[in-house]
Amino acid sequence: MVDAFFNGGGGREMRLKDKFLEFNWGFLLLIIAIASIGFAMLYSVADGSIDPWASRQMMRFGVGVVLLFVVAFVDIRVWMTLAYPAFAIALVLLIGVEFVGFTGMGAQRWIDLGIIQLQPSELMKITLILALARYFHGLTLDQVSRLKYMFMPLLMIGTPFYLTLRQPDLGTALLLGTVGITLFFLAGLAWRYFILGGVAALAAIPIGWGMLREYQRQRVLTFLDPESDPLGSGYHILQAKIALGSGGVFGKGFMEGTQAHLNFLPEKHTDFIFTMLAEELGLVGGLTLIGLYFMVLMFGISVGLQTRNQFGRLLAMGITVNFFLYIFINIAMVMGLIPVVGVPLPLVSYGGTAMLTLMMGFGLLMSAYIHRSFEITRNPAAFW
Amino acid sequence: MLNNGVDNERFKSFSRRAALIGGAQLLVFGGLAARMYYLQVLKSSEYQMLAEENRVNMRLLAPLRGEIVDRFGEVLASNRQNYRVVLIPEQTPDIEATLSKLTRIVPVSETQWKRVLRDARRSPAFLPITVAENLSWEQFAQINIHEPDLPGVQPEVGETRHYPHGPSLAHVVGYVAAVSEADLEDKDPLLKLPGFRIGKNGIERHLDRELRGAAGASHVEVNAYGRVIRELSKDPGIPGAKVSLTLDMEVQRFATERLAGEAASTVVMDIYSGDVIACVSTPAYDPNDFNIGLSHEKWAGLRENAHLPLLNKTIAGQYPPGSTFKMVVAAAAYDSGLVDPKQRIFCSGKTSIGSHDFHCWKRGGHGYMDMREGIMHSCDVYFYEIAKRIGIDRIEQMAHRFGLGETYNFEVPGEKPGLVPSQGWKRAATGDVWHQGETLIAGIGQGYLLATPLQLAVMVSRIANGGKNVIPHVVRAVGDQPVPPKSALEEIGVSSAAIGIAQDGMNLVSNHPRGTAFRARISEPGMELAGKTGTAQVRRISRAERESRVLTNEELDWKQRDHALFVAYAPVDNPKYAISVVIEHGSSGSRAAAPVARDIMRLVLERDPSSRIASGAGVITPSTTDPAKAG
Repeated sequence: MVDAFFNGGGGREMRLKDKFLEFNWGFLLLIIAIASIGFAMLYSVADGSIDPWASRQMMRFGVGVVLLFVVAFVDIRVWMTLAYPAFAIALVLLIGVEFVGFTGMGAQRWIDLGIIQLQPSELMKITLILALARYFHGLTLDQVSRLKYMFMPLLMIGTPFYLTLRQPDLGTALLLGTVGITLFFLAGLAWRYFILGGVAALAAIPIGWGMLREYQRQRVLTFLDPESDPLGSGYHILQAKIALGSGGVFGKGFMEGTQAHLNFLPEKHTDFIFTMLAEELGLVGGLTLIGLYFMVLMFGISVGLQTRNQFGRLLAMGITVNFFLYIFINIAMVMGLIPVVGVPLPLVSYGGTAMLTLMMGFGLLMSAYIHRSFEITRNPAAFW
Repeated sequence: MLNNGVDNERFKSFSRRAALIGGAQLLVFGGLAARMYYLQVLKSSEYQMLAEENRVNMRLLAPLRGEIVDRFGEVLASNRQNYRVVLIPEQTPDIEATLSKLTRIVPVSETQWKRVLRDARRSPAFLPITVAENLSWEQFAQINIHEPDLPGVQPEVGETRHYPHGPSLAHVVGYVAAVSEADLEDKDPLLKLPGFRIGKNGIERHLDRELRGAAGASHVEVNAYGRVIRELSKDPGIPGAKVSLTLDMEVQRFATERLAGEAASTVVMDIYSGDVIACVSTPAYDPNDFNIGLSHEKWAGLRENAHLPLLNKTIAGQYPPGSTFKMVVAAAAYDSGLVDPKQRIFCSGKTSIGSHDFHCWKRGGHGYMDMREGIMHSCDVYFYEIAKRIGIDRIEQMAHRFGLGETYNFEVPGEKPGLVPSQGWKRAATGDVWHQGETLIAGIGQGYLLATPLQLAVMVSRIANGGKNVIPHVVRAVGDQPVPPKSALEEIGVSSAAIGIAQDGMNLVSNHPRGTAFRARISEPGMELAGKTGTAQVRRISRAERESRVLTNEELDWKQRDHALFVAYAPVDNPKYAISVVIEHGSSGSRAAAPVARDIMRLVLERDPSSRIASGAGVITPSTTDPAKAG
């Protein structure tokens, strides 16, 4: 009976015991290792106390691990079937925040469902990948590059992109757009479109500038010349760089970061947690974390390469690229390489929704891995 | 399976592109690692410095100002605990309510109230704001008791300069006051500390650097909001050096009392070492007022007072020396070889050059006198005569040898040079030639001649010590370093015979019954003084007045009355100390200044540790010299 729940019915079946055997335990360990670095940092942020952050983060991570297992054991074909409905629900919620959302951190991002406060944009990150993977699964290589098949996926990317940008949540919008384009690329869209798109994007920069909110423009300007306003908007970047740079090779020692503990660092338990890590544990600590992240990415890519069905491949790569973008945007931001956009450091930054979204994503990745030998016809209606 | 061929094709494309993405990710991560290397290795020291700058705040600590003590160690300027009350805004729920409660213990004026509220708005809530300073002990204790009812209020103890002797040392020790804009040329960071005081006058100013000490520093760790987390290190700095003066506070105090009510000054000094034992200028002001901050009314009162309390008369009061100058003229005459000291010169009460009459202070005249008797009687005609013979330039040279017209780099700032005229000086200053009549006037210490009480004390010291160039000084030691005398006691270039005549003359003035200061003598054996009176005219007596009757001082306005001067040294047979007293418009040197000088000198001699009062040998008594024979 339990097996039946985790299987899609029709075609090949796997018993729950086999799925356990197929589960990649090394990957789980890797994730636990990264999350533990996060716990340690949150413990340090609270001046050596497990409360209020580390404890709650651990609890969420625990829930996340359970979620990962449940999602991983569900048949990949079930996920394929649920892809469009899930995307539709996420889209409805995203439109919903326009009307019932409340403002947190200066932007409309949250929706209150009574028991939990939901960030529909987080949900969208996963469901967009599902929906695009589902869509491209049904196309031949030739069809991907045909204009009439491009309309649908562009709409799927464009709608949430526009909605999150409106909130305004520049970080999420960029993530959604980039993941969407990457999936186009992986599905096999001809190179010429990327070249064309690149040229168009360059031309659109002046228009895009006009659409940005004042604070977003200010962030870009501050990024370009942070020292111009060291006590105002450039303060965060400058302080983050000071924290990082002063850490040196081996860091100032766990819980000894002066920039962090004397509050010179902004939002050090969320978006700027990497600077605190680099300040306290130095280059060694920072590179260790980046190394662990890279191992996760390599695993994700290897899953994509091994999987025998296009949906699973695109899903695995979509999740991986999404994860990569999180890491890149966050770390590049705190090191002053790109503008300050509110993107957390995955598995390490304090925050519930992001953690659950991530673990769900890893669940899907693992599901693709477990069911990697499944071959699925381009037209899944044959099963359902 | 069904779509195997087609799938293989897109799998191949996917795999290529996935590998490409993997490669791109590796590159990006490599870029991030490179950036970390750049920040954390290449730029690390720079950022470490910035982090330290963020974290560490240096707070200057004011060192304790050095004490000033007299020659016996009595404290003349010290640091006193200053009780004050501060308010920490973040610790009180309602600043105004707390302030009004505090008003019941310490009056808080409207302006203070406003300032506190303004400061509370402007500065972070954890920084204390000073509400009131210089509280009494009772107020301070009251605040301590009521602290639980006064949230955010804290009694504090600071240090402030204190002058226990008040006005009596105002001009010598000086005072400290708030740092002014002009003082900031001195780049010592201490000067920018709120509430810092700097020496503005007297020794406080002259030795300000030594008294100030070196700033200490407390390095504290602060957070991003400026709150102090902990002290990292503390360097207490170097406290200011203790300055020891040559003054004897007992004498200083007595002299101040003795001169109270007058516009007067006195200098007592050791004739060999140059130690200034007392240096008093009255009236004075309370230096403590300047430290706390002088009210407008008080300041105006000091400025407008006709007795000039702000002026240090001992070094900046310039007076015609009058008859106290006659020893100098006598010495000049003797050393010129043009006057025989034994030659008797006749005084009829006046002498004349051309149509000008020059009168003696004694209308009937003194009859015949030699040089010693001329000094004893302070006969003007005698000195007109010898001045006429030797000329002004010899007098001028001699005056300089005795220290007149000179400054001594005295440690108390504001020293004036006085004035000793000469032919050259007059040509340069007025363009006019020197008239012989002016020589006569200079011969009795009037006219252009000006001297400060300090210079007069030096003059007498050089007579008393046998013509050595003693130089006065008031700083005995700075820290552990004794300050050596400024002079090696070289000869000033006056013959000992001339000095002897001056000494004899002064001895007669005080100890001969017909001497002008006989009434103000010290009769205790071994303590006798030798002095010289001076009554310096400040107005011109017209011929008409001279012919009818010269007005007595009592009949004149205070401003018109003669200055009373007296200079002396003692003991007469073994001189140690010299004194000068000038009482502005005191009318008579013998009646106003001499008794004061005698009383002060007696105290000085009583306090002299090595003084062994033994015999009266060498003192001229009526039996040894008969003044009647003098004529």
